Amino acid sequence: MLMTLSVLKKIRVIVSLVFLLATTIVFLDFRNIIPDSWIKTLLYFQFIPSLLNFFSSSLAIAASGFIVILVLSFLFGRIYCSFFCPLGTMMDIISRISEKFKKRKIFRFSKARNLYRYGFLGLTIIFLFMGTTILVNLLDPFSNYGRIAANIGKPLLLYLNNGLSFLLEKMNIYTIYREEFILPDWTILLFPLSFLMLIIYFATFHGRLYCNTVCPVGTILGLLSRFSLFKIKMFKTSCTSCGDCSSTCKASCIDIRNCTVDMSRCVACYNCLSSCPEGGISYELSGFHKTIKQNPSGDKSKRKALQILFTFLIAAIPLKSMTQGRHRRGRPHTDGTIPIHKKHPVTPPGSKGLFHFTTLCTSCHLCVTSCPTKVLQPSLFEYGFEGILQPHLDSNAGFCNYDCVICGQVCPSAAIHTLTLTEKHKTQIGKVQLVLDNCVVFTRHKDCGSCAEHCPTQAVHMIPWKKNLKIPEINNEICVGCGACEYACPTKPYKAIYVEGNPIHLIAKKAESKQTEQIFSPKEDFPF
Amino acid sequence: MKRRDFIKTGLAAGVAAGIGFNLLPFEKVFSATAPLDAYDLVAIKGGKADAMFDRGIKVLGGMGRFVKKGQTVVVKPNIGWSVEPDRAATTNPLLIKRIIEHCYQAGAKTVYVFDNTCDNWIKCYQESGIEKAAKEANAKVAPANSESYFQEVTIPGAKVLKSAKVHELILESDVFINVPVLKNHGSADMTVSMKNLMGVVWDRRFWHRNDLHQCIADYCLYSKKPHLNIVDAYRVMLKNGPRGVSTNDVQLFQTQIISSDIVAADVAAVALFGKKAEDVKHISLASQMKIGEKDLSKLKIARINM
Repeated sequence: MLMTLSVLKKIRVIVSLVFLLATTIVFLDFRNIIPDSWIKTLLYFQFIPSLLNFFSSSLAIAASGFIVILVLSFLFGRIYCSFFCPLGTMMDIISRISEKFKKRKIFRFSKARNLYRYGFLGLTIIFLFMGTTILVNLLDPFSNYGRIAANIGKPLLLYLNNGLSFLLEKMNIYTIYREEFILPDWTILLFPLSFLMLIIYFATFHGRLYCNTVCPVGTILGLLSRFSLFKIKMFKTSCTSCGDCSSTCKASCIDIRNCTVDMSRCVACYNCLSSCPEGGISYELSGFHKTIKQNPSGDKSKRKALQILFTFLIAAIPLKSMTQGRHRRGRPHTDGTIPIHKKHPVTPPGSKGLFHFTTLCTSCHLCVTSCPTKVLQPSLFEYGFEGILQPHLDSNAGFCNYDCVICGQVCPSAAIHTLTLTEKHKTQIGKVQLVLDNCVVFTRHKDCGSCAEHCPTQAVHMIPWKKNLKIPEINNEICVGCGACEYACPTKPYKAIYVEGNPIHLIAKKAESKQTEQIFSPKEDFPF
Repeated sequence: MKRRDFIKTGLAAGVAAGIGFNLLPFEKVFSATAPLDAYDLVAIKGGKADAMFDRGIKVLGGMGRFVKKGQTVVVKPNIGWSVEPDRAATTNPLLIKRIIEHCYQAGAKTVYVFDNTCDNWIKCYQESGIEKAAKEANAKVAPANSESYFQEVTIPGAKVLKSAKVHELILESDVFINVPVLKNHGSADMTVSMKNLMGVVWDRRFWHRNDLHQCIADYCLYSKKPHLNIVDAYRVMLKNGPRGVSTNDVQLFQTQIISSDIVAADVAAVALFGKKAEDVKHISLASQMKIGEKDLSKLKIARINM
């Protein structure tokens, strides 16, 4: 019995490492080598993205991963936390590494911190009903892991890549090439960095404390796991209260004094199963009727949880009003003197519009790392305070390639729907705006035309103007809002052309293009 | 000017080859360089892009006149946009492949191909078909997506563009072959050989902000000039350039122009559009700055029908 049960831990270790590795590769894959279908399959089990996806895309089966997780939790406990959650596995690894530097961590039973866990869960849900995903975004373990991988892991990898390619190029090998990249703003980096520090601290000194006090996914799954069919069980008859099991329990949920395991906090790591020298601990099927009431003071603590929830809620109201300000940077320069105030940020094609996007995006930044032109960047306050870290199209970083639909293909939460190329060509994510007072042609009477050059639909085109010059003219009906004109515009600090985001994405008219007339044929003589 | 340059290049190449192959008598090496009565410009029409080049380079005395054994060559096509070859926004991949083959036949050590693209460079290299074609011909397809590949150079005599960051392969290679595609261009009127050189520098925004036409002409003063300009006018974009909107913008010209004189090559190319040198500001500026000859009647031109 002991033998077979210890296999569970091995399976857990292997599965979790495979999932962590694959998820990490997906986030670090800056060459877009991994096929999109693989990414979708891999991220199918990620609870929060799948949940949001399911309810937004009218209960699609393809987004039913969270149901599988719920069923698994009901059968076996919080399988997600130890098998599929990349953050959970990362914590296990950190905790394992930290053991090399300090004395082996001996875990001890601690009481459930119900106030915190139900508080965080309740707040997250209330915020969701208020129409903001800010807490989901900041607390979801998958998205947090994604942000760490995308904003810290990927730049490190790129530094490595660029160093390596530099060496190889000296040997005339061009298989690896350098990658130009911009580090996100430090204010944005602060989030994944401080979260990573927090996780390192938790994992080093408190095991899976994050999962049992903060993580809303852990708390939801814990509610179900309380009643799971398979449970970790201790036998009073063979237990010698030696504490071996509880010392391996990173969730601190084994109470040797009462011989009980708090299944709501057990992360199903199965470390305890092989720890008991007496065979006093097991993992077996149990009926509903056997559920032991573990927390006699539960009602009281629930009331407390509600109290704290309301306190938070009242505190949250002024936060919402803080979200109106927008932020822009710039220093004075000779041209481009008229400041630009965008009313709406530009959301990625397939995201339907501001509301759809901001209510479904969990800021995992997979689209940010997958975007080949790097136009997708984490936002700070472009979406307001509650949309912090959600990606937007940043024309300073790049522009949306006319023939690319990768962001929709990788998005695990349906915040960005997958578009076909034909659909993408018709989708208008924003409208071009021309500020002639900033334009080089207008201010300096010199030809430029960078905007029209980059425009894939010729919504921006050059028309004759004064003394033999050409000046841009815009046609908003055929503009798709890709931002190529804005990116290419050379004026500083303010551009002469920019894209104003469409709060709801519209349909762009197809650019009319007549066949050109033949002006030279190889049958004619050379004109010189 | 042009002819003197030509002989200088030939001499330099000859000396380089002479050092590498000192078994050959000096006279023989020298006589292999430009004969003085060679054509200044070759115009070919009516064939496939690669076949036209075969004929054209033969008339000019073969690639061996420009590429010597053991030399490194950089071929600079226009790969600016991530569109397919039939949109004529990028240089014909067949032509690029054939040019590389001629270079290797002439004994080139390595042939490099690159462009600093406007659209995402990986997509450009792929969709233009140029990466594949160049690799088939054994060329090294090099990136130009990072500022670290570019080095600051000064341009003596320039009016506006007094310095620029130029791709290291242009600086390091022995031979520079410029292979533009002839196109309509929204801002620069036309894009041919001179405008194509914008793809060897890093900061193009400076050009756009500070008198585009003058900067295009200024850059042609830089000492690393193309030894050969091969204008691809097989498929030609007549409107909505330089990116184009659809194949409706494109007509078949089945033409090619080859010259070492960058101004002459561009004048001949825009003549296919019915334009004169004066109609395209950067061409007339370059002619005023004595960068090349705009009066084609002063040149010895080979006209080939296939």
